[in-house]
Amino acid sequence: MIGVWRTGLAVVLLGLWYAGTETAVLSPLFFGHPLKIFAVIGEWFASGDIWRHLAITITETLLAFASGTISGVVAGLWLGLSPRTQAVLDPFIKAANAMPRVILAPIFAMWFGLGIASKVALGFTLVFFIVFFNVLQGVREVPPVVLNAARMLGASPRQLVRQVYLPAALSWVFSSLHVSVGMAFVGAVVAEYLGSYAGVGYLILQAEGMFDVDTVFAGIIVLTGCALVLDGAVSLAETRLLVWQPRADAARES
Amino acid sequence: MSLTFDTVTLRFGAAEVVGGASFSVAPGEFVSIVGPTGCGKSTLLNLAAGLIAPSSGQVLVGGQPLTGLNRRAGYLFQGESLMPWRTARDNVAAGPEFAGASRAAAAAAAQTWLARVGLAGHGEKYPHQMSGGMRKRTQLAQTLVLDPPILLMDEPFSALDVQTRQLMENELLAIWQADMGRSGRKSVLFITHDLEEAISLSDRVIVLSAGPATRPIAEFAIDLPRPRDVAEIRLTPAFRAMEERIWAVLRDEVLKAYRAGAAA
Ligand SMILES: Nc1ncnc2c1ncn2[C@@H]1O[C@H](COP(=O)(O)OP(=O)(O)OP(=O)(O)O)[C@@H](O)[C@H]1O
Ligand SMILES: [Mg+2]
Repeated sequence: MIGVWRTGLAVVLLGLWYAGTETAVLSPLFFGHPLKIFAVIGEWFASGDIWRHLAITITETLLAFASGTISGVVAGLWLGLSPRTQAVLDPFIKAANAMPRVILAPIFAMWFGLGIASKVALGFTLVFFIVFFNVLQGVREVPPVVLNAARMLGASPRQLVRQVYLPAALSWVFSSLHVSVGMAFVGAVVAEYLGSYAGVGYLILQAEGMFDVDTVFAGIIVLTGCALVLDGAVSLAETRLLVWQPRADAARES
Repeated sequence: MSLTFDTVTLRFGAAEVVGGASFSVAPGEFVSIVGPTGCGKSTLLNLAAGLIAPSSGQVLVGGQPLTGLNRRAGYLFQGESLMPWRTARDNVAAGPEFAGASRAAAAAAAQTWLARVGLAGHGEKYPHQMSGGMRKRTQLAQTLVLDPPILLMDEPFSALDVQTRQLMENELLAIWQADMGRSGRKSVLFITHDLEEAISLSDRVIVLSAGPATRPIAEFAIDLPRPRDVAEIRLTPAFRAMEERIWAVLRDEVLKAYRAGAAA
C-alpha cells in the first residue's frame, strides 16, 4: 500500500514538473525539462562516458572515508587515553571543528592541484572530525566495570587498548557510518565542483558554465542515485559489523 | 591461598568508607560477608582485588603485602562486566587469550567451562542475547577458566529468580568442592546481603557494621555438614538457629543504615 502511495507521489511530482515546463509555467531555462534530463542520463550510460567520472568521484569518496576514519580512530584513541594531551589540544580541536571547512577547498586545490588529492583532502577534513569525536566519546563511555573486569582477567595496558577501548570506540564509529560516508561523498563532490577536471561534480560545473540546466539536473540525479547506493552498502555493512549490539527496534518490541 | 585484611582503612576524600577492617580468609575457606546496603561491601572487594589501594593498613595475599592488582584473584563483579562485543565463548576465552594462549586453546578451554556452567549450547550468543542468569554464568566461567586460587564474588546471584539462584548456588558449591585446581581448593570471599545465602554457602560468615567506616563486628563459624544442598539445608533446625543468632547482630546494623539513609 505504501509502495503505491510512493509511486503515485513520484508520478504526480514528475507530472507536475513535466506539465509546468511544457506549458512554460516553469521556465525550462531554470528548471530543465524532465524528458531531456533523462535523455542526457541515458546518453551518459549508453556511451559509457559517465563511468569514468563516477569512478573518480567514488574513488575520492572511498579514499576520504578510509583516511578520515583511520586517522580519526587513531587520534581519538590517543587523545581519549591521554587526558593531558587532550586538555592541551582541546581549543585547537574545537576551532578546527568549528571552522566551515568547505572553504578550505580552494586552498587544497592550490596545495594539491586539481586532481584527486585535493578532493580527498576536503572529504578527509569532514570525515575525520565525525570519527574523532565518536571515538573520543566511545573511549569515555567504556563502562568502568568492563574495564576492571578485563584488567582482572589479566589484560595488559596494550591489550586493554586493543581488546576493550578499540572495540568500544568502533561501535560508535560504526553507528556513525551513514554520516561519515555521506560526508566523504559531499566533500568529494563539492571539491570537484569548486575546481577539477574530472568527476560528476566537474560535469555539473561545466554544464553550469554553458547554462545547460538539463545536464546540471542529470548530474544531480546521478549523484543522488550514487549516494543512495552508498547508503545501502553502509546499511549492509552495519548489520554485519554490529551483530553484537541490541537493535533499537528489537528492544522496543520485547 | 590466604587473603588477609590488616587494619585496612579507606577514605574517598573526607568520607571514611572502610574503618580499620581486619579479617582473613584461610586457604580453601569459603567466607561470606554480609552487611547493610551501601556499607562498603563492594569497596572491600575492590581492595582485595587491588583495584583500589588502602588509605592505611594493608591487604596480604598468601602472606605477601598486595601492591597493584591482585593477580591471584578472580573477580565476579556485581554489575554487567562482560564485553558486549564478544560472544559468550569469546568472553570466557578472553582471560586465556590475554595470558598468551593460542586462539584454539583458549576457545577449547572456554567451551569446557561453558559446559560446566550449563551453557554448552550458548557459546555463540552475545551478552544482549542472553538472560541475566546466563550472563552471570558466563561471568562465572570467565573467572573460573583462569583457575585463580582466590575467588572474589560480589552479590553474584542477587539479580536472579529464586530457582535459578539456588541452582547456581549449588553449582558453585559443587565446583568449589570438587576443585582440582593447581593450588587445591579456592579461597572464596563472597559478598551478599542475603543472610540465608551466606549461611548455606559458607564456612564462616562475617557481619559488617553499617557505614560510614565499616568494619567486621562479628564472625560466625558455620559448621553445617558438607556437601550441602542450599535448598534443603535451609530447612534444618541448626540452620534456623544460626540464622537467628546472626540476624540478631545484623538487624541492628540494617536498622542503623536505614535510619541514616532516611535522615539523609
Ligand atoms: N569512587 C567513590 N567515590 C566516593 N564514594 C564512593 C566511591 N565508591 C563508593 N563510594 C561510597 O562508599 C560507600 C560504599 O559503597 P559500596 O559500593 O562499597 O557499598 P556496597 O555495600 O557494596 O553497597 P550495595 O549493597 O548497594 O552493593 C557508599 O556510601 C558509596 O557512596
Ligand atoms: Mg556492592
